[in-house]
Amino acid sequence: MTKTLVIYLMAEPETPELARAAVDGGADVVELGFPFSDPLADGPVIRRAAERALSRGMRTRACLEVLGRTREAVPETPLVPMTYSSILEAYGWDRFAVDAHMNGATSLIIADLPAGEGPELRRVQLVAPTSTDERIRLAGEQTDGWLYLVTVAGITGARGDVSPALPGLVERARRLTDTRLYAGFGISTPDHARAVGAMADGIVVGSAALQAAENGPDALREFVGSLRSALDAA
Amino acid sequence: MTEVFGTYGGRFVPETLIPALDELEQGWRDALADDDFHRELHHLATTYAGRPTPLTLAERFAPGKRIYLKREDLLHTGAHKLNNALGQAVLARRLGKHRIVAETGAGQHGVATATVCARFGLECVVYMGEEDMRRQKPNVERMKLLGAEVRGVDFGTKTLKEATSEAIRDWITNVETTHYLIGSCVGPSPYPELVAELQSVIGREAREQVLAVEGRLPEAVVACVGGGSNAIGTFRGFVADESVRLVGVEAAGAASLGTGRTGVLHGARSSILADEDGQIADAHSISAGLDYPGVGPEHAWLRDTGRAEYRAATDEDALAAFQDLARTEGLIPALESAHALARARDLDAELIVVCLSGRGDKDLAEALAALGLS
Ligand SMILES: Cc1ncc(COP(=O)(O)O)c(C=O)c1O
Repeated sequence: MTKTLVIYLMAEPETPELARAAVDGGADVVELGFPFSDPLADGPVIRRAAERALSRGMRTRACLEVLGRTREAVPETPLVPMTYSSILEAYGWDRFAVDAHMNGATSLIIADLPAGEGPELRRVQLVAPTSTDERIRLAGEQTDGWLYLVTVAGITGARGDVSPALPGLVERARRLTDTRLYAGFGISTPDHARAVGAMADGIVVGSAALQAAENGPDALREFVGSLRSALDAA
Repeated sequence: MTEVFGTYGGRFVPETLIPALDELEQGWRDALADDDFHRELHHLATTYAGRPTPLTLAERFAPGKRIYLKREDLLHTGAHKLNNALGQAVLARRLGKHRIVAETGAGQHGVATATVCARFGLECVVYMGEEDMRRQKPNVERMKLLGAEVRGVDFGTKTLKEATSEAIRDWITNVETTHYLIGSCVGPSPYPELVAELQSVIGREAREQVLAVEGRLPEAVVACVGGGSNAIGTFRGFVADESVRLVGVEAAGAASLGTGRTGVLHGARSSILADEDGQIADAHSISAGLDYPGVGPEHAWLRDTGRAEYRAATDEDALAAFQDLARTEGLIPALESAHALARARDLDAELIVVCLSGRGDKDLAEALAALGLS
């Protein structure tokens, strides 16, 4: 089975075009960040992108609208909004899920809503190297489509090397669940993509994609293309 | 779900932290059931921290009333924060953690944390907003002298909110070796309960002391509310006494309970200052320790159930009480505590206990400038 490439973009007015470019470059899934003022799981790149998006008025309704336009720009691609609990608490948990799906969302990721909390909200669950076997099993049962493996105990952001904690996490998750496993946090180069692709079923690239997207759709397409080639060679 | 206080509380944190919170909760339960833990805390409280702290009648500050001050300003390091820091340091050692991270606003919690880390030989990193480093400079110097590393946070509001976020990010990254020594009854479960329990010594002592001198319970107890730890510690001593009013005083520009809405910040659902989209709003207070858009979940619950009432004091109210207490009683209160004093003196009650949560040396530059006295 080919490996899945997930690209994270921050919801901004330009996102539909950027998503198109990412998909043209070989992205299989696009994660759409709905910015939050206090993103606990994020490092400086995504935090700054969120600050900028908020200063440009990217509140929940505007994000949903961008999601809808992104759906039109990439009709076949799974789209997954990623955000924080505060946004849903304010908008209404059920209403958010309904409106996101109406605007084309395939699933959701809530970075600060661990497995077991808010069980009625269907979403992609995350597990980390610190997760116990019991929690990996629970997340595997509750997750929606695939399981997000957080490669390190840490926050988002590019890192020099692939986390040494990842192989052990993949091995445990394989044993405890039979869902697809996509790894993210710190994956930023084609070399990382190849190395992680050899273990997991897919990769998620966030901070590095945002940095490439700063230089426009062509630069993003080229960067995503380099990840795609590396992943296909894994 | 792990909400503890009605619908408030919970664990709204990344998965990475959940096992550490489980371990902390278990370690805390074990400690509470262990007489050695209580003996060690009691020994530290009496031989190191300066407990019990006295109860002082402030006759000249509020003529016509009997306002008693619970003197947490006399505790070692000058504020109630040490009660919590000592307890959590002992707990961290029991959990085998050698590195401590903390956030600080006024710097009092940072100083208390740096102090216990020095005392126990633990590595200490304190996150502090750069705006707070400016207005609470003496505390930055104290932390450094005590051997802590102070990391300035230079984005967002540059105050307690951002310092807390950065401390949590550090904890996520170093969770195997590190204990997060949170400074108030906020954060993911079990922190709000743990901090409240460690601060409840304030209310327990105050109740005994006021009964001893007055032979009756006070009509009201009053405390300032930032994250809410000195208030919850005071309230816990009296919450079962239904005749005693529990009054919390927030800064008018940071009134998470008075003007906030239900939301999620720093790992818990509580009453917070946020806009209608759930984006956290900026708080404002002259007092760095109250300049925070959130509050502990137990306070939101006490508000909703009607057991406690919450009021606000402006910067001007606090500054006036700050100056008046200095001139009438020879006590310089922390600007945080001055908010409680301001509302206590105009409360419709006669016999009142106020938590004097800290001393005001740290605030001299800021307060004198604001009063036009520098
Ligand atoms: C003296 C003093 N009082 C009160 C507070 C507010 O914190 P809390 O509401 O947790 O007691 C602070 C916080 O820094 C403080 O230094």
